[in-house]
Amino acid sequence: MSDDLYREAILDHYKHPRQKGHLAAPDIQFHDHNPFCGDEITIELKVENGIVVDAAFDGHGCAISQATASMLMEEILGKPLEELKALDKEYILEMLGIQIGPVRLKCALLPLKVLKAGVWGLEEWPE
Amino acid sequence: MQDRTELIRQDFPILQRTVASGAPLVYLDNAASSQKPVAVIQAMDDYYRRYNANVHRGVHTLSEEATAAFEGAREKVARFIHAPHSRQVIFTRGTTESINLVAHTWGRANLRPGDEVLITEMEHHANIVPWQILRDQLGFTLRYVPVTDQGLLDLDTLDELLTERTKLFCFVHASNVVGTINPVDELVARARAVGARVLIDGAQSVPHMAVDVQALDADFFAFSSHKLCGPTGIGVLYGKRDLLEAMPPFMGGGDMIREVTMAGSKWNSLPYKFEAGTPAIAEGIGLGAAVDYLQSVGMDWVRAHEQEITRYAYDRMSEVEGLRILGPGPEQRGGLIAFTLEGVHPHDIAALLDRSGVAVRAGHHCAAPLHARYGIPASARASFYLYNTTAEVDVLVEALHKTQEVFAL
Repeated sequence: MSDDLYREAILDHYKHPRQKGHLAAPDIQFHDHNPFCGDEITIELKVENGIVVDAAFDGHGCAISQATASMLMEEILGKPLEELKALDKEYILEMLGIQIGPVRLKCALLPLKVLKAGVWGLEEWPE
Repeated sequence: MQDRTELIRQDFPILQRTVASGAPLVYLDNAASSQKPVAVIQAMDDYYRRYNANVHRGVHTLSEEATAAFEGAREKVARFIHAPHSRQVIFTRGTTESINLVAHTWGRANLRPGDEVLITEMEHHANIVPWQILRDQLGFTLRYVPVTDQGLLDLDTLDELLTERTKLFCFVHASNVVGTINPVDELVARARAVGARVLIDGAQSVPHMAVDVQALDADFFAFSSHKLCGPTGIGVLYGKRDLLEAMPPFMGGGDMIREVTMAGSKWNSLPYKFEAGTPAIAEGIGLGAAVDYLQSVGMDWVRAHEQEITRYAYDRMSEVEGLRILGPGPEQRGGLIAFTLEGVHPHDIAALLDRSGVAVRAGHHCAAPLHARYGIPASARASFYLYNTTAEVDVLVEALHKTQEVFAL
């Protein structure tokens, strides 16, 4: 794993986000933010027969949170919803290919938190 | 001036360290918390090593010594802010608790539906949220003085906002985001004209300039120790004596009572009425040492030094392409500069500056409404203190250029 938080792939996804925007008629939509830093992520999914056929994210925040969301959208296309329920912290860190300290970890995990809340059908995160 | 700074830097052992990248520390996060001189660290160490005991009750030697040191610190703080008497210096956990104390005691006793509390758009959350909570409980109206594009309070709105309904006007002395030093004299005079009480948040002023609470004519004045070279966990509420005497107590418990029976209790005199439980003794002694230290340097020197650094930083940072400084020019501000950098999120700025050893704060600095006012989610902030140098500003500016290079990929 690289110790460079700002390796090229992350900066590329930050500057040129994939799947950014909104879907016409999403089946799943969830939004959340990080109150400490103000990062915001909305994720929308189009689902057919339990498979993600389209995915989009919108939001603003630091390079880590936004690049992670962009990478995650590409990763989940074509995957069954059930598989998304099992995604965890290690999956995200492997996808990013970097080591992250405790403070920035919350930036990297925000998109996963939003995705899983949507997939599990939460109205909002329990307090 | 730089020679003096070099001597001052030797008083702060932490300034000799390097950060994770191996670069020497350039500490520019003083508005969040300042570093501590040896004198403060030693004063606290000394208490724990030599005379650690509870205060105000024991009659043994250690307790006598601890009480003398703790109450001595209160005297020092009173002289530092020119309070008429040390009884008017109430020790709290910090600025936040000081403001909450006023809300819970004076606020509950004096505010009712139809009344108004006026605060400003540039307040720290510590001077917004306590009033929102109390408003929801008591049903008074909370109003805000708007901030101009230049980061100044819009004084033209005071005619409309300050009325005989206004019972309390709370405002920050020096902003922790736009840096603005507010015109306290005018604001207090306007409040007096309608009979409103005044609470001043001095968290960012007391550490950086000479403050005279009597000259300011503040009814309440709040600040923290840890931003003025002292330890965390202790702060001050100053109040006018008649107001403090008339206020009900804050928390109940030991030390704050004169008499307790099964039927009820009578309150202790000032300041103990507001200091239930064993206080932060080592921290109080540390705060006293911090005040001694700052006075040995001289608050006018501290202010002049920070003005020089801030002016230099303002000019140099203005040269950086895509960098936007929030707030007014260097003449109207304290020793801090919050900014945004085009195309780079403030958290990424802070993370990349750290590689060059530069510690800055990124986020909304507990002033979300002010950031919303400027249409930005967050900013980065460099804040200076008596031990910072223009050479450190050069390191900052160089690191900002490097940050832009990384993101220019």
